[in-house]
Amino acid sequence: MTTDATKTSESVPAKKTRDIYLPPERKVISGGGAAHIVAKDFSIYYGEFQAVKKINADILSKYVTAIIGPSGCGKSTFLRAINRMNDLIPSCHTTGALLFDGDDIYGKLTDEVLLRKKVGMVFQKPNPFPKSIFDNIAYGPRLHGVNDKKKLMEIVERSLRKAAIWDEVSDRLDKNALGLSGGQQQRLCVARTLAVEPEVLLLDEPTSALDPKATAKIEDLIQELRGSYTIMIVTHNMQQASRVSDSTMFFYEGVLVEHAPTAQLFTNPKDPMTEDYITGRFS
Amino acid sequence: MNIGTRKILDRSFTAVGIGSIIVMAIALMIVVVPIVSNGIGAVFFTGTIEHRKLLRDEFKRGNSENLDSEVASSERYRAKVYDMLTGFEAELETMAPEKKTQYKGKYSQVRTALQALLGPLPGDQMPMLTRFKYGQTRWEKAEEKLHDLLYESKWDNSNTEVMSREYFVSRAKSFEGTSLAPLFPYLSHNVEKMLLPEFTVYWGFITDSSVDSHFFGGIWPEIQGTFFLAMGAMLFAFPLGVVAAVYFTEYAKPGFLNSMLRSANSTLAGVPSIVFGMFGLAFFINTLKVSPSKSVIAGALTLAIMILPTIIRAAEEAILAVPKTYREASLSLGSTKWNTIATVILPAALPGILTGGVISLGRAAGETAPIIFTAAVSVGSAIGLADVLSSPTPALSWNIYNLASEHEAAAQIRHVQYGMVLALVSIVLLLNLSAIVLRARISKKLKG
Repeated sequence: MTTDATKTSESVPAKKTRDIYLPPERKVISGGGAAHIVAKDFSIYYGEFQAVKKINADILSKYVTAIIGPSGCGKSTFLRAINRMNDLIPSCHTTGALLFDGDDIYGKLTDEVLLRKKVGMVFQKPNPFPKSIFDNIAYGPRLHGVNDKKKLMEIVERSLRKAAIWDEVSDRLDKNALGLSGGQQQRLCVARTLAVEPEVLLLDEPTSALDPKATAKIEDLIQELRGSYTIMIVTHNMQQASRVSDSTMFFYEGVLVEHAPTAQLFTNPKDPMTEDYITGRFS
Repeated sequence: MNIGTRKILDRSFTAVGIGSIIVMAIALMIVVVPIVSNGIGAVFFTGTIEHRKLLRDEFKRGNSENLDSEVASSERYRAKVYDMLTGFEAELETMAPEKKTQYKGKYSQVRTALQALLGPLPGDQMPMLTRFKYGQTRWEKAEEKLHDLLYESKWDNSNTEVMSREYFVSRAKSFEGTSLAPLFPYLSHNVEKMLLPEFTVYWGFITDSSVDSHFFGGIWPEIQGTFFLAMGAMLFAFPLGVVAAVYFTEYAKPGFLNSMLRSANSTLAGVPSIVFGMFGLAFFINTLKVSPSKSVIAGALTLAIMILPTIIRAAEEAILAVPKTYREASLSLGSTKWNTIATVILPAALPGILTGGVISLGRAAGETAPIIFTAAVSVGSAIGLADVLSSPTPALSWNIYNLASEHEAAAQIRHVQYGMVLALVSIVLLLNLSAIVLRARISKKLKG
């Protein structure tokens, strides 16, 4: 049985495990599959312009969800709404509801600082701070009150190991992070995000600035993290989406055209527009 | 455009660029070379025995025993001069009245010139002012005075069509036939033995207080005053400026009030410094009464107001130049806005902020107009840190102006003035250099 996530929007879904159509090589995650992030008639405006139009979607916990679509279709805008990075743009406002663990992300009582701690983000261009590798990773934990040197070291090591970069940097933690290569910097950014122990990981075209080798490493990393975090990845690269994700959302001009298990969306799309896009008839 | 024209254009632009740099370099040389060469003369010069006497008497410095023997040898040669004077005075009494009147006037000129060269003559009352207590301390000045002594300056105004011309008459000739005639050849032969010139390095020029309004001694009170004023100005303006820049860039909502504030800030940067000086007098001293009269604190506050716009602008630009991605990264880790500013944005903007700060510091050190009415006095001793709230201070910029235009004997102490100019230029240059080094260091640390 498959889940048609585009249609579930009438009520806040209960946190029950859902079935998800997976190709044989991808394992079902035990304890995963509850609706972690839910959009209900959710729209985003830049001033008058409606960038995202009445989205209804469930993002399943612990699985990898990819967002694809042509440039300017609102996929990054939607991703950045989830941890309220859009707040930086003064003219940006929203309607409808976007729920995280059942709480409205844009609700009046929501503390966006706490939200961002739980919903981490990795950006298109690697953006380590101009500090040492250690200080980069320890930045988040220090913010949240960890000051014990030994404990910080533990967190740094654990995060770097999770991001599969520990072996490359363990001997130069005190060196400036800007001295790393682009791919290493991006994995460092992932480690930095993991260090604050988020529940959700938002990846905004994380490999678009990287060469194929570094891209492969990031993709491997996403596979490693699958099952531990709810991961959302915006990508231009459809092969990448099909390789790393469990379910895929296709956006076109602000509208969520189709949201289906990846294997199904790429082999048997329901919407003709999706088919046109994935077969490369337009981009 | 074809490739030939393009190449010719490229080359001519390069030529114009190099040409303008060469012109600037030449202009800089024309300004800097006299400052350096004359300014160094305040510390390195050929000093006479009078300089060493001055150091011993006024600053208790130098080898006293050595000096005693030097003075003794100098006095031996001077004694003959004094003998000749007494001899001539006796001769004067025996002269016919007309001749006596004629020679008396000339003789008194000789005496005055001798006092200027060698200091008070035997039998003179000890003068009150230090400047008359000693002969010439610097050899090049002594040579000038010797010339005044040997030759009488006269003006030829026979031709009314042109300006009068100066010409010199040898005094040896005017006194021909009297007992004073041998004095002049004797002096020109033996002046070195009377004044014992030797190469002198006088670091005290930097560390000593002045004696008798800059006739002798050094410029320490001025250097210290400049330091207090500039540092005081920074103490007020730097934190205020950075906070204001953070507000403008991070917190202010775009709107009428904000754009008004910004344009006010830009206007303030263009206000002539003398206006700040008047404002400082009217506001800080007369209205707020931060001190009963001129004081370092009033001057520092005035300078702070003057450099504030520059600091704000430099800090704003530095903050805006921090990549947006740093801010995003910090916020996405669950950092608050204030925390992001304090731990990510300000450290990354620090090189630019510091550069603006040090440039402003240099400007505060060099400005004259704002401190004329609020802080500066022309003569004074070095003040202690405790006195900054109540006392005015001498400062380099103001004293350069003062020595150039208001000092009663400006022409005689040009070396002091040049020394002050060199000191001020060096201080500002040193500050700018330290800014460059600091900036390079922090940037290197940031870039890894």
